[in-house]
Amino acid sequence: MKVAKKIVLHFPQKAVDKPVVSSLIRDFGLDFNILKASISPGEEGLMVMELSGEQKDYDRGIRYLQEVGLEIQSLSQDVVRNEERCTHCGACITMCPTCAFTLDAKTRNVLFDNSKCIVCELCVRACPPRAMELHF
Amino acid sequence: MARTIAEINEKIKKGQAVVVTAEEVIEIAKKKGVAAAAREIDVVTTGTFGPMCSSGAYMNLGHTSPRIKVGGGRVYLNDIPAYTGIAAVDVFLGATAIPDDDPKNRIYPGEFKYGGGHVIEELVAGKDVRLVATAYGTDCYPRKKLETWINLNTVNEAVLFNMRNAYQNYNVAVNASEKIIYTYMGVLKPRLGNANFCSAGQLSPLMNDPLYRTIGIGTRIFLGGGTGYVAWQGTQHNPSAPRTEKGVPTRGAGTLAVIGDLKQMKPRWLVGTSFLGYGATITVGIGVPIPILNEETLQYTLVTDADILAPVVDYSDAYPQRKADVLAEVSYAELKSGKITVKGKEIPTASLSSYPGAVEIASILKDWIKKGAFLLSEPVALLPGVESGIKLKALDERPLP
Repeated sequence: MKVAKKIVLHFPQKAVDKPVVSSLIRDFGLDFNILKASISPGEEGLMVMELSGEQKDYDRGIRYLQEVGLEIQSLSQDVVRNEERCTHCGACITMCPTCAFTLDAKTRNVLFDNSKCIVCELCVRACPPRAMELHF
Repeated sequence: MARTIAEINEKIKKGQAVVVTAEEVIEIAKKKGVAAAAREIDVVTTGTFGPMCSSGAYMNLGHTSPRIKVGGGRVYLNDIPAYTGIAAVDVFLGATAIPDDDPKNRIYPGEFKYGGGHVIEELVAGKDVRLVATAYGTDCYPRKKLETWINLNTVNEAVLFNMRNAYQNYNVAVNASEKIIYTYMGVLKPRLGNANFCSAGQLSPLMNDPLYRTIGIGTRIFLGGGTGYVAWQGTQHNPSAPRTEKGVPTRGAGTLAVIGDLKQMKPRWLVGTSFLGYGATITVGIGVPIPILNEETLQYTLVTDADILAPVVDYSDAYPQRKADVLAEVSYAELKSGKITVKGKEIPTASLSSYPGAVEIASILKDWIKKGAFLLSEPVALLPGVESGIKLKALDERPLP
C-alpha cells in the first residue's frame, strides 16, 4: 500500500550533518518533497517534507530517522487555528497557495483543511485577529 | 399601513413583536408580498462585524492617595499610550494606538501584534491591565509617578466611544502594481492577484435604511455584545455619495458614531486586530434594529447583495494618491461568489468583515427584542440625509508663511 504523509523533522545539533534525506531515497526507496527547511551546521534544524512510498518502506524510513536521533511530528499539527480568535472573516482564503481555506456555502464559515496545509505561514500574519498559530 | 415606535414597544413588552433579520425578511417578502410583510413584521434586525479603526474607549481611573493629575502627563496601558489631554484621571485609549517602542514599518512589513484594540479586548475579558503614568505635579495633585494594575471593576466609568463605525458601503481593494502591498484592506497581491472587500452587504445596518429614515441620534443598538446608542453621525458621513435609484449608495457613504457601556460588552464582539504592514485596530460587532413604520421602511430592508454595488479601487496608486479612479463596479453577490472579473481578469475575492458574525449579531438582537429585553428607542434627531448637502471634503494644502 502506498502512503504520502507530511512530516516535520526536528534535527538535534548532533544530527544536523547526517545525510538523512539521501538515505531515505537510496536505502528505503522513498520519495520526498521538501516544503521548508532551515538547517545550519552546529545548530538545531527543522525540515518540513512530504514523504511517500510503500507503507512498509515508509515505516522503516521513519524508524531510521528516529534511530538517527530526529524528532518527528505530523505536519497537520503545525499551523493551528485558534477557534476562539477566528472571526470567520475570510481574509486567509486568497492568501493560501494550496486552497486549504474554503467557505461553507450555507453558513459562510471559513473551513480550514489541515491536510492541504504546507505550513508556508502566509495566513499566520495575514490573519487580522491572528487566529492562525504556528505550533512547533 | 403605519405604526409608531411606541406601538412596537408595547408589542415587545407583551412578547408579541414580530422580529426578523435583514436576511430573513428578503424571503418573507418574496413569499407574502411587500404589503403583507410590512403589516406582519414590526422590526428588522441588522448586523456587521468588521475592523473599525475609529474606535476607542474612555475611562475614569479613580483617584489615588496622594492624588495624581495624569491630564497633560503620560499614561500607558499595557505599554500602549492613552490620550491624557483631559481632566485629572480621565483617559482615552484609541484602538490604533501602538507601543512607543513598536518597530512599526522599520522592519517591513510591521506586524502590529498588539495595540489599543487588544487592550480594550483584554479589559472587556476582565483581565488586569498595567497602568504606568507620569505627571508634572501640582499643589493639589502632588504625585508624579504611578504604577499599578487596573481592570473594568476598579475604574469608574468605562465607555466605548467610536467616532466612525458601520460604514455604509466600502471600496473593494486591489493592487495593480508589480509588487505585493500591505494595506488596511489586507495583503494585496500584485497584478490584481486578489480583491478584498469589507461590508456585511445586505445585512449591513445603513444598507437597510439607506436614506436614514429611522436611524438617528439616540437609536439603541447592539454594540460589542452589550447595548449602546448612536451618538451622532460618524466622521466622514457622506450622504451625498452617488446612489442607485433605490437610494443604495455605490460608494462609501453614511457612517455612525456610537457609544456604550464597556462594562457590559464581550470580548467575542470586540477583537483586537492586526493588519500586516499597516497597524493595529479592533473588530467591532454592531447591530441596529430597523422599526417597520410603514411599507417604505420595509421596502428598504429588502435590499439584497445583488442590489449593492461597490467600487474596485487600486490601492497601489489611486487610493494613496487620492485619485478618483474606479476600475469597475461589482455587486456584493459577485464578491461573495469568490471571484470577480475586472478588466477581463478573474480575481479571487476575500472578505475582511465577518458575514457569519453579522448573521449572529442580527440573530442575537432579534432574540433580545423578542424576549422583551431590548426596547426600541425614538431617535432624538435623524442623521443628516441627502437634503443636508453635506459632502466629504478633502484637505487641500496651503503653504505656511
